[in-house]
Amino acid sequence: MTVAKPEIGLSSSARGRVGMFCLIAAEAAIFTIFVVAYLFYVGKSLTGPSPKDVLRVPIFYTICLLSSSLTIHMAVRVLRRGSVGGFGAWWFATIALGAAFLYGTATEWQRLIYHDGLTISTNLFGTTYYSLVGLHGVHVVVGLMSLSLVMAFTLLGNVGSEHAERVDVLSLYWHFVDAVWVVVFTVVYVIGR
Amino acid sequence: MSTEAIALPRTEPASRPFVDALHEWVTTVDHKRLGILYIVYALIFLVIGGVEATVLRIQLIRPHNDFVSPQVFNRMFTMHGTTMIFFVAMPLGFGFANYLIPLMIGARDMAFPRLNAFSFWLMAFGGFLLYFSLVGANGLYGAGNAPDVGWFAYAPLTSQTFSVGHSTDFWTLGLLVSGFGSIGTAINIIATVLCMRCPGMILGKMPLLAWLNLVMAGLVVLAVSPLTAAQLMLLVDRYLGGHFFDTQAGGSAVIWMHFFWIFGHPEVYVLVMPAFAFASEIIPVFSRKPIFGYPIMVGATVAIGFVSMSVWAHHMFTVGMSSAANTFFVLSTMAISVPTGIKIFNWLATMWGGKIEFKTPMLFCIAFLFQFLIAGLTGIMLSVAPFNWQLANSYFVVAHFHYVIVGGIMFMMFAAFYYWFPKMTGKMCSETLGKWHFWLFLIGFHLTFDFMHIPGLLGMPRRIYTYEPGRGWDTWNLIVTIGVFFQTIATLVFVVNLLWSYFKGKAAGNDPWDAWTLEWSTASPPPAYNFATIPEVKSRRPLWDLKHPNDPDWKYE
Repeated sequence: MTVAKPEIGLSSSARGRVGMFCLIAAEAAIFTIFVVAYLFYVGKSLTGPSPKDVLRVPIFYTICLLSSSLTIHMAVRVLRRGSVGGFGAWWFATIALGAAFLYGTATEWQRLIYHDGLTISTNLFGTTYYSLVGLHGVHVVVGLMSLSLVMAFTLLGNVGSEHAERVDVLSLYWHFVDAVWVVVFTVVYVIGR
Repeated sequence: MSTEAIALPRTEPASRPFVDALHEWVTTVDHKRLGILYIVYALIFLVIGGVEATVLRIQLIRPHNDFVSPQVFNRMFTMHGTTMIFFVAMPLGFGFANYLIPLMIGARDMAFPRLNAFSFWLMAFGGFLLYFSLVGANGLYGAGNAPDVGWFAYAPLTSQTFSVGHSTDFWTLGLLVSGFGSIGTAINIIATVLCMRCPGMILGKMPLLAWLNLVMAGLVVLAVSPLTAAQLMLLVDRYLGGHFFDTQAGGSAVIWMHFFWIFGHPEVYVLVMPAFAFASEIIPVFSRKPIFGYPIMVGATVAIGFVSMSVWAHHMFTVGMSSAANTFFVLSTMAISVPTGIKIFNWLATMWGGKIEFKTPMLFCIAFLFQFLIAGLTGIMLSVAPFNWQLANSYFVVAHFHYVIVGGIMFMMFAAFYYWFPKMTGKMCSETLGKWHFWLFLIGFHLTFDFMHIPGLLGMPRRIYTYEPGRGWDTWNLIVTIGVFFQTIATLVFVVNLLWSYFKGKAAGNDPWDAWTLEWSTASPPPAYNFATIPEVKSRRPLWDLKHPNDPDWKYE
């Protein structure tokens, strides 16, 4: 008996993609709550410092993170065409750009903590700012760890074009992390300032 | 279609070392074993949560009782609520979903078997973490205590000032960890239902159980995540000196309420969807008729899923929201009763004119229909904001939601046990013990929760550890507590039935109920691979087609 595919709908090979989209939906719900809290508390701090005084827009590092979406897209594309070397190069560029973004966050936090005296417990702004930006930062870290794992496999020669589909599923997560930054950036540095 | 299981030679020796069997269960990624682990885990917590409820009711049996101290009473209602919602009702739903969905859609396993195991153990350790508070909450040097902030843990009660020690942290971390497990399982269910169906099973021919669990899993993804976020904020407040819920620094206690109930109300539907799922499978089989209005049932399910995301603030009418907000949540809450009512009518229409067999699972289904209707009606009463101002936080509310959770959900969980026990173990449950269980539980349920409405109407608030005599509450509380003893005995009968039937029950065969969905086409208990050949279906009742080749369903669907 030949086993035909379902007449309508997705086959079992799409399950990774479906699972990742569900994970993204769950993460989006978590971020929504943090964004709502941030917007609800804008301007409600009883003491300073206020966002206007201390926040500087991290344009360069934002460009880094957003362009890493492009490099990871290129990485998956060249892997589909069978070029493992090209994949490694684009993949490494993605990791480097993500790491640069984290470095940017680190320097910004260092300045805020040591120069401006803003910590998570200083006032409501500090609580919501470090929580929201920190939550996004955690996602960047998790993303970088997953990307580095794939990089290690690539360097060991274990990644081939047959893995393009799986790598693409991981890239969805990275795109999501970038997209969330657009929201966080808008909320924290545009609306909240 | 070949549905016979391959007859494997029995190679395993009669008795294996216990450690081997344990190792197999702990490391399993088989959806059936994980389903059973979920169910057994939930049953253990059901007994614990039941003992806590009994303690509460013994304390309230008469005025000025001193069975437990006020502090213990607070811990007991917090642990009872948290346990029953997160570690009984949810794992029971997940357990049956895990066990049944792959079998019903003709798959060999869930989409992500290892994620499945990971999610179960996260949930299990979440429960252990919650109960570890009993020894660990004050630090390991002394006696600890359990959380006592109530299951919705309103701010500022949870701040370091009012909740010293670590009891609240055990509550937070326990729910956080089990929440990750729930989200993992939900993702798995969605991917399984969407991607793993057997040939011919388009979404419109899927058993309703799969549909309802699909919507349930969607709700878990969208509703448990806000709880996770709120718990993270609470941890920031408690450990990093944050101010999310700190009114002294401009924070808001009300926003915790919003965040909690944005989770809390869809959660009710997360719990009730599996109950609907069981009713939609069991009622047709024992009425000997196909389900009435399949497409409408699916539509109503999806509608409930959507509307349930916009009713949360009906838990908060007494907080003092704007009249526009009050009006919105009154109307949305009333609106959700429409698709729910459609479901009840469809189940009734399925029974109408059917050849009803009053086996134990069907008895529980019929009781469910009556009780869920009454629970829905008191729900509509409470959705009216002025009525709610009078009765919020009273025993009327407690009676209402126990009518939903016990009278609706728990009754259907029992029905599911009696219906699928033969598939899971290969043995029939005892009908005699089953009927004893049903009638004792029915009497106990109605004694407890019918009469609990009245002290609520007379003004008895929830969560008080004792009360003055002569307020007209005494007799009602006595009756309510007597009902609890009936329920306790009934639950014991149920446990005895499960154990007795497992060891001594008569063999069930593949299809004891003459049912129509795919799980009954394979052996009982099913082999590890579920189906020797992946089945192919043409209609919503594939086994009917197989049994009646001259009059198959697909000619009419």
